[in-house]
Amino acid sequence: MAARLKRPLRLSPVRLYGASLVTPALAALQEITGPGGLLTDRADLIPYAFDGTAELFQLPLAVALPSDTAQVAACVGWARENRVAVVTRGSGTGLSGGSVPLPGCLVLCLARLDRILEVDPLNLTLRAQPGVITKEIDDEAARHGLFYPPDPGSMKISTIGGNVAENSGGLRGLKYGVTRDYVMALQVVLADGRVARLGNACVKDVAGYSLKDLFIGSEGTLGVITEVLLKLLPRPAARKTMLAIFSSMGAAAEAISAIIAARIIPCTLEFIDQTTLQCVEDYTRIGLPTHAAAVLLIETDGHPAAVADEAARMEEIVRRHGADEVQVAADEAEGAKLAMARRQAFSALARVRPTTILEDVTVPRSRLAEMVGFVSETARRHQLRIATFGHMGDGNLHPTFLTNERDREEMERVHHALSEIVDKTVSLGGTVTGEHGVGLAKKDYLKRQFDEASYDLLRSVKRALDPGNLLNPGKIFDLDPA
Amino acid sequence: MAKASLRDLDYKVLQQCMHCGMCLPTCPTYITSKLERHSPRGRIALMRAVADGRFEAGTELAREMNHCLGCLACTTACPAGVDYGTMFETARAETEANHTSGGPMRRFYRWLVLEQIFLFPARLRLVGWLLRVYQRSGLAGWVRRLKLPYLLGRDLGDLEPQAPVMESPFSDGRIAPLETPPPGVPVRGRVGLLSGCIQSLAFGSVNRSTVDVLLANGWEVETPRLQSCCGSLHAHNGAPELARRAARALLERFDPSRLDAIITNAGGCGSHLKHYAALFPEGELAAPARAWDAKVKDIHEFLVATGFRKPVARAGETVRITYHESCHLSHGQGVRQPPREILRAIPGLQLVELPEADLCCGSAGIYNILQPGESQRLLERKTGRIGETSASLVATANPGCHLQLARGLRQRDAAVHVTQPVVLLAEAYQREQSA
Repeated sequence: MAARLKRPLRLSPVRLYGASLVTPALAALQEITGPGGLLTDRADLIPYAFDGTAELFQLPLAVALPSDTAQVAACVGWARENRVAVVTRGSGTGLSGGSVPLPGCLVLCLARLDRILEVDPLNLTLRAQPGVITKEIDDEAARHGLFYPPDPGSMKISTIGGNVAENSGGLRGLKYGVTRDYVMALQVVLADGRVARLGNACVKDVAGYSLKDLFIGSEGTLGVITEVLLKLLPRPAARKTMLAIFSSMGAAAEAISAIIAARIIPCTLEFIDQTTLQCVEDYTRIGLPTHAAAVLLIETDGHPAAVADEAARMEEIVRRHGADEVQVAADEAEGAKLAMARRQAFSALARVRPTTILEDVTVPRSRLAEMVGFVSETARRHQLRIATFGHMGDGNLHPTFLTNERDREEMERVHHALSEIVDKTVSLGGTVTGEHGVGLAKKDYLKRQFDEASYDLLRSVKRALDPGNLLNPGKIFDLDPA
Repeated sequence: MAKASLRDLDYKVLQQCMHCGMCLPTCPTYITSKLERHSPRGRIALMRAVADGRFEAGTELAREMNHCLGCLACTTACPAGVDYGTMFETARAETEANHTSGGPMRRFYRWLVLEQIFLFPARLRLVGWLLRVYQRSGLAGWVRRLKLPYLLGRDLGDLEPQAPVMESPFSDGRIAPLETPPPGVPVRGRVGLLSGCIQSLAFGSVNRSTVDVLLANGWEVETPRLQSCCGSLHAHNGAPELARRAARALLERFDPSRLDAIITNAGGCGSHLKHYAALFPEGELAAPARAWDAKVKDIHEFLVATGFRKPVARAGETVRITYHESCHLSHGQGVRQPPREILRAIPGLQLVELPEADLCCGSAGIYNILQPGESQRLLERKTGRIGETSASLVATANPGCHLQLARGLRQRDAAVHVTQPVVLLAEAYQREQSA
């Protein structure tokens, strides 16, 4: 969500009309990327002026489409020489404006570095270029009976490089963790144009600082990731799905706590609230109980015997904690049907109003019910439609604003409501972003969460690694205190 | 009716796109290029820029919109329900209206084809007849050997072999205006059959099979003579006024109130035929168009919904078959499972799924003629996938796809025969008789 962009939205200062007007500097860049590797026409640039975030639009100076690490390094070198900011981008699905261009910048689109380089079934690793689609990583792993667990909602089109740069989450966070937990090594082009290899295929490695971790979730501000080495797991042999319907969010939350207390870690623990439920039913007409306050989607995976045992115990627990109704899928196909309400949530919501703003505030799991209540209360107060769904297991909420960005007055209320939700999140010990990143959209909120010392530390790291403020400047935070 | 333009388009239609990118991996032109401008989201961004006055509806927009196949795969993938079809047709209409879509020669051919041939069934049939004479007389072979078409320009030379083979007789020669189920089959009702334009010339046998299948299932079939083009060709190629003329002509030939359904067997046509109400939002044709829309059914959809009779199995060997989805049948009409259900019900066929079954084959109406390069890339990808299945038959349910696949498989020298689900079902019923 981007509302807080202070910079006026305007067109890029440089407007180019075809090859004849390309400046000598751009000709040099064209030399680096080769034929078809540089876009400068308005018709080519407009489609790169945004990512998945609402309200943000900014034309870049040009878009470079390098096809190997050497070209990436040369592009960064060119940018340094010409004092042009670099914004790295994969498929442009980000939800915080991390890959939205800056005025006069060079967009470095890594979509052409799209090869899976190696699967190592002995060390359980996969090496890939950053432009590989996330789902293709898991598909390739599956061919070897292996598993790449992080599954962000956009995995059918998001790139692995973007996932690493944003440290993306997904539905399986509680049991399997997030992208960071699967990155073993990175190849990174540094701001000075040199290529660094960080980490290796060893499970244990304490040689020096864990530098790769600095780049995971750095949102393109510290370096350009050009290769990743990922950890894989054996693919779970079985899965069981169930749906539980509750008449209060509090009861649903207690049921979750009881499941965890019973030492079961489900792979999926998703919820949708009443507003979401209403929208899903309006859209799908599958006969959901729209009076319910919360619907939980619970899945367990692993060894068939363990799955059967856990599923039986979880069913008993949710029933004991006041679920009005529990449906257990007999097989995978039925499971997919049960998962439909949750899987269709975003589609159903996105159709209601012209603008859909998907937030991702996250609180400790034990505070989740309180937070969901606060969101719906805030919606009422500001006369807005906010539907909430998300990951009950890891406290990651998706309050989704159904609005219209052309309605200035309503957007004003959206921003007020969001600000209050952020304050509440911070007061509950949560984070302003669980999986979408800070980018431009949450830049202002970051200060509310960080104390002065830690906020300064962010800047110190940036200054040390990118002294020229070349890489995605002004994202996450501003370098100079305002 | 006002001239179609992006600036007049209800802004909500454009704004509904939240640029999440979920359409990208399903878009054939994005898959082959990995360039945002060749993606649905990129094209919508350009259209929105036009609507906002930030970008001119000029040759660049025209080029991009002509590069789009109009396969509507993006509408299946879109979480937000963006009406890309309307945007696409509006943008094409605008670039045609302001003449940024091509030079005078293109305009001449477009006028000739859209306005002078396809709106007049008798003229279209005459063209079909001439083509048939040419193809059958041996003349075609000599003309090709002498490379004569190339004298008229490279484009025509490349095009000539792509002309569909004209069947003899045409559809009307194979089907009586009213046919009734054979004795012993109880009558369930009466349906109308849309015989199509190209379909009735090049695939009269498919129309015949469609009638046979309907008869075998107890439906009386009415097939008005000399039906005109449904207008989908016109709507997709930026000529909404001509599309309305074509629709009006068809609406006059059928009376939906007397029919249980109006059956179409060409995916590309069906997706347009079901939306005549959008062409006539008001006026005297508004009500008839709505009644029409409610009755138009794809043959596979109709057979499965009304419960078709499964052919009786006979001993024999099993043949591997795969199924390619026509874009406008799957993405345009949402008919995905019924053709597969029909294939599975036919004894002796083993259906194997085609990877990327719902990715466009590059035919896309007349796209293969206008954008031969991109069309060929998609065709090679498709025939490669068909090869992976080791099937000896591939079924599809649209004349454009049928011709395109046959051409692609010929190029590869692949021993895979192209057919259609209704043809196979009709043959299975026939085998019962001869048993």
